[in-house]
Amino acid sequence: MRPDTDLEDWTVGIPRMVGQRCQACSACWLFRRGFCPQCGLTSPQAMSLAGAGTVHASTIVHRAPDDQFRAIAPYALVLVELDEGIRVMGHAPTGIAIGARVGVSFREIAGRLLPFFIHE
Amino acid sequence: MSYLVGSGLTRFGRLEGCNTLDLMTEAATAALIDAQLERGEIDGLICGYSTTMPHLMLATVFAEHFGIQPSYAHAVQVGGATGFAMVMLAHLLVSAGAAERILVVAGENRMTGQTRDAAIQTLAQTGHPQYEVPLGATIPAYYGLIASRYMWEHQVTEADFAELAVLMRRQSARHPGAQFREPISVDDVLSSRPIASPLKVLDCCPVSDGGCAFVIAREPSHGHPVRIRSARQIHTSQHVTAAPNLTHFGADRCSAQALTDAHRNLAEIEYAAIYDSFTVTLALLLEEIGLAKRGQAGAMARDGYFDRDGALPLNLHGGLLSYGHCGVAGAMAHLAEAHRQMTGRAEDRQVARAGVALLHGDGGVLSSHVSLVLEAA
Repeated sequence: MRPDTDLEDWTVGIPRMVGQRCQACSACWLFRRGFCPQCGLTSPQAMSLAGAGTVHASTIVHRAPDDQFRAIAPYALVLVELDEGIRVMGHAPTGIAIGARVGVSFREIAGRLLPFFIHE
Repeated sequence: MSYLVGSGLTRFGRLEGCNTLDLMTEAATAALIDAQLERGEIDGLICGYSTTMPHLMLATVFAEHFGIQPSYAHAVQVGGATGFAMVMLAHLLVSAGAAERILVVAGENRMTGQTRDAAIQTLAQTGHPQYEVPLGATIPAYYGLIASRYMWEHQVTEADFAELAVLMRRQSARHPGAQFREPISVDDVLSSRPIASPLKVLDCCPVSDGGCAFVIAREPSHGHPVRIRSARQIHTSQHVTAAPNLTHFGADRCSAQALTDAHRNLAEIEYAAIYDSFTVTLALLLEEIGLAKRGQAGAMARDGYFDRDGALPLNLHGGLLSYGHCGVAGAMAHLAEAHRQMTGRAEDRQVARAGVALLHGDGGVLSSHVSLVLEAA
């Protein structure tokens, strides 16, 4: 199967978030695959994600895994419940609280393009 | 039906000069002595994995090294749940007649066999390779996210989590093999170095060297038998981003099914051994399983409920948080201690009654769950 360019997102340097949706059962998810993990139907649709949502969980990482991230520590990681019903992980300002409304931007962090959520 | 007839546990901590096979050998030798069995009487081998000795066929490597030629052997990988998953498998295999006496063994020089960064990066790979790991996430970060949500939903404080670290250190004071035995206070935990908020270094288990082994047999004719009554698993998701619910991971279903299989209920449990990679892990599992009310695990720990002489003795060796965590053998130490308690050999840690025990382990980020119910034979 050829990769669908509609699916390309920040993980390959394109500043956007993309999920997938099943055309039969309407399940939606983030980690891409060629079928619906709920009903098994093939050919799921790419689903462009606006990046707006609510902070579901947050942590401030002080002990970074490597030198690149050590250079920017401490940094906040959040899980955001997007309005489309998909949960995603991203960076955020360290003061951000659970329940806050946020929108996504994309920033060069530790040498790569990463999603960065800011207050709406 | 199966019996745990022998266990062997090394001390945990900095064990300079010992590699994976050395630690597996030390634990396996001790388990065989405890089981009063000779090498040649072992016909099955199940072993864990080692991050410092990755190998496609670790069980066969160990069999050759240790000098046994089992008729059944392979390794198992379920992260931190591997130890209990191996015991479950051994239980099923001997019950089915595939083997008579199975050696279950794991060991790893996780502390001295690699740099701290390497250990942290290897473990972080349980996260998603595109959507989690590249963000600079670590295992403590995944659990920090869960802890933040748990505090928000159940009005739990960092001091409540800290009580569980204090509790595990209280228990480890009585075990000479524990990595950390100096008493700590809630203030010590709260003022310890931040790792991934709300988790501080004393909310996190250490990285250790160590090993642990068991012999699981069909008959209680050797060693110090304890009956394995039931075993169950649940696997809800791998990644924290894909977890259906950040405060409910399936431990309740898993343990309830194991208890039903054993014709037991929670009120009958006299000894508990619950995975405690982080204070939040222990709080969440105790509360999801129903051994503590939601949000109450910390307060119950403070009140002595989980102490040796309390209503429900818990992790009396000190758990991962204080005995130490060397990978697969980390959680196996919980069972080694339960075995000592249930056979009346826990010295000054011994509880008055440990006739029925519930054990629960998790792997990944509360991804994989294994529950065991044991009874004194």
